[in-house]
Amino acid sequence: MAKGEPLIVLDGVNKWFGPLHVLDGVSLSVGRGEVVVVIGPSGSGKSTLCRTINRLEPIDSGTITFDGQPLPAEGKALARLRSEVGMVFQSFNLFAHKTILENVTLGPVKVRGEKPAAARERGLALLDRVGIANQADKYPAQLSGGQQQRAAIARALAMQPKAMLFDEPTSALDPEMVGEVLDVMTSLASEGMTMVVVTHEMGFARHAANRVIFMADGQLVEDAPPAEFFANPRSERAKDFLSKILTH
Amino acid sequence: MNVLIDKFDVFAGGFWLTLQICVLAAIGALILGAVVAVLRISPVPPLRALGTGYVNIFRNLPLTVVMFFAAFGLPALGSNADFLRLPGLDAIFSRLDTDLPYFRFALIALVLYTAAFVCEALRSGVNAVPAGQAEAARSLGLTFGQNLRYVVLPQSWKASVVPLGSVIIAMIKNSALIGFFGVVGDLSQTADQLTSAGGYAFVPVAIGISIGYLIMTVPLGALLDRIEKRQAVAR
Repeated sequence: MAKGEPLIVLDGVNKWFGPLHVLDGVSLSVGRGEVVVVIGPSGSGKSTLCRTINRLEPIDSGTITFDGQPLPAEGKALARLRSEVGMVFQSFNLFAHKTILENVTLGPVKVRGEKPAAARERGLALLDRVGIANQADKYPAQLSGGQQQRAAIARALAMQPKAMLFDEPTSALDPEMVGEVLDVMTSLASEGMTMVVVTHEMGFARHAANRVIFMADGQLVEDAPPAEFFANPRSERAKDFLSKILTH
Repeated sequence: MNVLIDKFDVFAGGFWLTLQICVLAAIGALILGAVVAVLRISPVPPLRALGTGYVNIFRNLPLTVVMFFAAFGLPALGSNADFLRLPGLDAIFSRLDTDLPYFRFALIALVLYTAAFVCEALRSGVNAVPAGQAEAARSLGLTFGQNLRYVVLPQSWKASVVPLGSVIIAMIKNSALIGFFGVVGDLSQTADQLTSAGGYAFVPVAIGISIGYLIMTVPLGALLDRIEKRQAVAR
């Protein structure tokens, strides 16, 4: 595997929800260690794009390859691929009937067959890293939103993924909790994790992203380094979008 | 009202037979219903179609018709349902004085019919688990089976248990039909024995039979109420 070979490649991806053309010929490649932030108005298809990468949303045409392999069909091979791609959801989706530590160790133990004691130790280290080691034995509902999202990041990291997908990870959080989640994501980015982040946090896009992707109406409209994108958006759609969110 | 005391042994015998077939049918229906529910939520379309087909047939046919098929269709196909003569089950069957195949036919019909409702009760529980839970499990790389076992089912039973109980109560009452399909001596058929053959007045006999059914169904209903209350507190 050459270092230059991209980790995630989408080529001419199309998807419809009924008559709605939610992804319209999207092509994108994400290199190893690259942080790509996807922004755009709601309904532009950015969440769907993120979810197609581990095939939570199947696509209608086009190809997606991960680490040189096309995405397999539903089954064991797809499960293995998903275990290599961490996913963080807007609504956290921690397993409600399991403690925080059990949430983090379930994947390593059941999917990877790790010894429970070893998974536990690593799980605790990860919880420590995201700053919630003291919450390990609580249930998700007992934690704040920010803590839950950090636990969800730890759960994804426990699988030692090759890439991480973030689907609006801070959109369901109270404003004062956004920072603690973005801090964890920023440190991940600086450690060289490959990340695709759908977000409305323009600050994060500015300082942590290598590239910003702007989507509108299912199409990938712009793909540029953040400094360039925020200073000189080329398309009218992007100018319009930025003027709306940056004026307040 | 003397019939209740004079013929207590007949009522008790009928109660015992009905209880036996209900316990067996409940176990069978829970197992088969769980299998059909797994089919109906499986990611494989042909399996899903199979499960859906099963529910559409057995939920929408009258139980009487299902019983007709079991009691007359199986013998026409040359089966006396001997495949149910499993070691443990057989010990229960042989307690009946006359080991006619009708008990097995009735059991099969009750199981097939009730399993469709069990499936739907289980499925409503699964649907009550937020979709994000299963999505998170899939994104970790859990397979369909692991997802059900470790994530979805442990959370779904809470929403399933009350509708499941209602299905079992309905099944106990439905079992009153078996007397019309050759099973001699269950609780409802006792009425026929005592009024037509024994010459007793109908109303006291009916009261005795009602008491028999209520002994089975009322505690089950009370148990469900308690479970429901406890869940309401936990929520």
